[in-house]
This record gives sequence, structure tokens and C-alpha cells, in this order.
Amino acid sequence: MTRLSRYRILLPVLSLAILLAATFWMQPRAMSYFGLNLLFNLAVPIALATIAQMMIIMVNDIDLSLGAFVSLVACVTATFLHDTPLLGLAILAALILTYAALGAMIHALDLPAIVVTLGMSFIWGGIALFILPSPGGASPGWLRSLMTIKPPMIPMAIVAAITIAALTHLLIMRSGIGTVLRGVGGNARSVARAGWPVIRLKALAYGLAGLFGVLAGMALVGLTTSADANIALRYTLLSIAGVILGGGEFIGGKVSPVGAVIGALTLTLAASFLSFLRLSPDWQIGAQGAILILVLTARLIFSRRGAEA
Amino acid sequence: MKISKLLLGAAGLALVAGLAQAGSHLQDTSGKRIALSNNYAGNSWRQAMLQSWEEAAGAAVADGVVAAADAFTTSENQATEQAAQIQNMILQGYDAIVINAASPTALNGAVKEACDAGVTVVSFDGIVSEPCAWRIAVDFAAMGKEEVDYLATRLPDGGNLLEIRGLAGVFVDDEISAGIHAGVAEHDQFKIVGSVHGDWAQDVAQKAVAGILPSLPDVVGVVTQGGDGYGAAQAFKAAGRPTPLIVLGNRQDEMQWWADQRDANGYETLSLSIAPGVSTLAFWVAQQVLAGEEVPKDLTVPFLKITQDTLDEKLAGTPVGSVANVMYALEDAQAVIAGAK
Repeated sequence: MTRLSRYRILLPVLSLAILLAATFWMQPRAMSYFGLNLLFNLAVPIALATIAQMMIIMVNDIDLSLGAFVSLVACVTATFLHDTPLLGLAILAALILTYAALGAMIHALDLPAIVVTLGMSFIWGGIALFILPSPGGASPGWLRSLMTIKPPMIPMAIVAAITIAALTHLLIMRSGIGTVLRGVGGNARSVARAGWPVIRLKALAYGLAGLFGVLAGMALVGLTTSADANIALRYTLLSIAGVILGGGEFIGGKVSPVGAVIGALTLTLAASFLSFLRLSPDWQIGAQGAILILVLTARLIFSRRGAEA
Repeated sequence: MKISKLLLGAAGLALVAGLAQAGSHLQDTSGKRIALSNNYAGNSWRQAMLQSWEEAAGAAVADGVVAAADAFTTSENQATEQAAQIQNMILQGYDAIVINAASPTALNGAVKEACDAGVTVVSFDGIVSEPCAWRIAVDFAAMGKEEVDYLATRLPDGGNLLEIRGLAGVFVDDEISAGIHAGVAEHDQFKIVGSVHGDWAQDVAQKAVAGILPSLPDVVGVVTQGGDGYGAAQAFKAAGRPTPLIVLGNRQDEMQWWADQRDANGYETLSLSIAPGVSTLAFWVAQQVLAGEEVPKDLTVPFLKITQDTLDEKLAGTPVGSVANVMYALEDAQAVIAGAK
């Protein structure tokens, strides 16, 4: 088991390192404080969204509404949080609670999460369009300065990625409640038998997903300075790919927060790498998929070997 | 003495000529690299736009005006992806980035990064609101008003008009329509008796016009937004009503219909829209900024007007299913810049 978990984190790290080396080789300019920040700053909201998705995948569900949710948060951030901060915060808090309630509902009524979240994606999208019918809004000043801060030595994007990875690792892998949450995904029945209220745990996992989704939307607005209702639709699939790329599995309970952050960075980097390659856009999506399949194949081979040994 | 003076004069002349070639007081841009960031390539207008860029920018590179002029299109029409694309261009060391933006606001962060890194940013068609970038915008309202102005010259007695609008909720539709209504307010012999959404597509326009026609009195003119004139003509024909004066929008099918009508019964009208070659205008504006020219941040692109006299020439030069195009040269860009000063 220790061997397997070590492989699980080794592979994402390796893929990121190889891709990073190739990018530096092609574009030496990227090998600088400024360059690293440009390469990775848009990965910060993706990393947060990936962590949100990981919370859901951890309890054996999947969230197809995340992209629409992050877009909605971006719209709220660029309008209410900017104009009337208290009301904005209240709305964001309400959104997190709604996510928690969704988790409880999915468990209580035994609904398939894939259907509920797919439905919710239209609701989130509708509200986002209602708040911001045409692109616009503005980022709150403090958020903009937070996202463009220039710490000494290490660029903001890297500091943020490490902080996110470290905090979620402590929460999910080290803390007691994190272990129980992973247990819900692994074997909900035994967790229930041990006396844990599974419905509350699921609500907690979904609430955490909502929290990280909110953080992702806010980070995105801090970077783009404004929002539109479709700004983050791609995040749904990117976040799922990030979790899987980072060593998570659809069979609940097997997730890695550090891996998920690395997965998000790898996906962002892959897109930049392909554009540095001057690959035609028609091929880029295919190539991105090919990279994903390559990594997953490598993982399968590794884990088979691990199981044999 | 005389000879040396002559030589001096000749050298001076040559110098002046050389400078004039490089753009008078301007710096040399032969070492500069320009990139095109495009968010979407899925319709005939965008394809023609990219094609125009390839031609004009390719020729400029071959002539040594700039070192490179590469076009990039994002694989998905998403602002976050285009923002990443722009950041990659900064890393690739381009001196100027020309943008047709997915969103007027969502790229501002990336555009600001580019400006801070000393990169010239020129946006066109889909413009960005970040103040540090240049904007080559289209005065859609003026386009709408021009239609009514033209109708006033052709139909001095006025009459009823049918308005075909574009895609609801898109700002272009609001702008053109506002211009048309301003024109009608000025020429009060006209009255808009009906308004439908044709979504800039012939089939949608035809259905919409066919739906509203039975409820309309006699219509003398149709004001459109482009891509809808042919559909409107078909609807009038199917309803057995006389063909009114339809202002067209430069699409090949519209011009073909116009030419056929002209040959059959001397039909006369006006056609106007934005030429996809506006990308080449943006290219030259970027080149001028790089050369050190003082360029105002907000420029207006002239729209392409096709009249009875230029119809045959334009129709011959437009591939089937495409849009009439015009390539802008350096001189055109300079004229636009001078006009905005």
C-alpha cells in the first residue's frame, strides 16, 4: 500500500517535471520569475477548482456543474462583492451552504450526483446570466492586488499552488475528519456502522467543494479583472482531468490533494506547451487528450507492476 | 565644389527617399514580431479574416517590414483560454499582439500583463476595454444610420420600412438598430412598421419576414444588418408582394441576387458591412505603433460599401458563400490614424 501511494504521487510529479523541462527547452524565456508567473497564474483558479472537484470525487460522486458554479461565483465577485462587499460575502456564503445542502440531498434521496449536478449547472448558468447579462463588472481592489502580488524570489502562482496543496493535504490526508471523509467514499456503510452521520459528512464534503469553488471564482476574477457568465465553463472537464491526472481515482476515497494541484498545473502547462509548439488549434484538443491518455497509461502500467510485486 | 554640392544633394535626396520608405520620421520595425490572437475560426467571416491576415502579414514579412507575424487561434472559444494564449505570447517575446477578443472585459488581466511587459496590444472587431490597449472599433450605429440616409436619397417621399435585426442580446444588434432608429427620427417621412430578428442568417430572416409580412401594409424599404437581405427578398417573393428596396450586407448570395435583379429589371440598392480584412488594418496599426507613430487609442474602421457601380467587381472577387472583402494597406492605416487625430 505504501508503495502504491508513493507511485501515485511520483507519476504526476514526473509528468509535470518532464513537461516543464520541455517547455523551458523550447522557450528559455519562461525560465524566470516573470515567465513562471505568466505560465502558471491562470492555473491557480484551475487548481482551486480541481480541489473542489476532488472533494466530490472523494465521496464517490462527480460534479458536472463546477464550471458553471465557478462562473457564477466570478459574476457575483465582479458585481456584488465589488459594489456591496457585505452582500457579496453573504451571497457567496449562501452558495457554499447550497452546495452543502445539495450533498445532503443527494445522499438522503439517494440521487445520482451526475444528474443533480448536471441539472444544477443550468441553474448556476441561468443565475450568472441574470446577474451579468453582458460581460463586465470589476474585480475588488484587494483581490486584484492579492492575485498580482509579487513575493520575493518565488512568483505568486507557485506560492499559491504550494499553499493550496499543503493546506488541503493537511485537511484531507492528515486530519481525523479528512480520513473519515475519504472513508465515506471508500465504504460509506462501514463509516455509518462506526457511528458517523454519513449525511453530515457528505454535506461537509460538498460544502468544502463549494468553498473551493468560490475561491476559484474569486481568484479568476482577481486575474481577469472582470467576469462573464461563461468565463469558466471549461473548468468542469479540466477539474475532473486534473484530479485523475494527479493520481485520484473515480472509485471513491482514493484521492491526492497534492497530486490534484500538480494535475491542474500540468494541464495548464500542456496547453501552453502545445501553443509553443505552434500546433494547429484543430489538433490541440486532441493533443491535450493524448497527453492525458499517455499519463494514465503510464499509471496503469506502474500500478499493475506495483500489484504484482 | 559644384560636384560635391550635387553629391550632397543627391545623398540628401536618397536619405529622404529612404526615410520616406521606412515611414518618414519613424523607426525601423524589421526586427519586430507581431502575433494575432484569435478566439474563433468557425464561420466564413472569421476564415476570411484569417486568410487576409496570412496574405497581408505574410507579404509584410517577405518585404522585411516586420520579422514575424504569426496567427494563433484558441482551440475553444473561451476567454480563459485566450488569456492563457496572450500570456504565452508575452513569453514568446512578441513585440505586439493583435487581438480579436472573446470577451471585451475578461482578457483585461492578460492584456495588462502584456502592456506592463512592454508589449503593444491592438484589439479589433472584438475589442478589449483595458485602457492600455488600442481599439479598432466599428461604428455600427453610423452603419445603421447610413442605411436610412441612403433610403432617403432614393425614396424622397418616404414610406413604410421593415427592420430586420440581428441576434438579440448582442451589442452589435443594439448599436445598428439604434443607428437605424436615429436615421428614421431624422428622416421622418419613413416609418418602421415592423421589426423581426433574422439572427444574421438568411434562413432565419426568411422565416421571420414570411411570418410578419401578412400583417404589414405596403413596405417600400427593408433595413437590415447583413446576412439577412437575401432571405428577406425570398420571403417577399413567396408572398407575391413587390420587392421593396432592400439594403444588403455584402454576402455573396445577396450580391448575386442583386446582380440578377439588376440584369432582369434594373434593381438598384446599396450594400454595406464590415470587411474581414479589418485584421490587416489592425496589423498595420500595430506596425505603426511599433514604429513609434503617435496613434490615438480609439480608432474607427470604415465599413465596406458596395454600390451599383462596384457590384460586378466585388461580386467577381468574392468566393461563393463568403463575404466581400477589402485588404488594407499601410497607407489606409495611416489615413485611419490621421483621421482619428
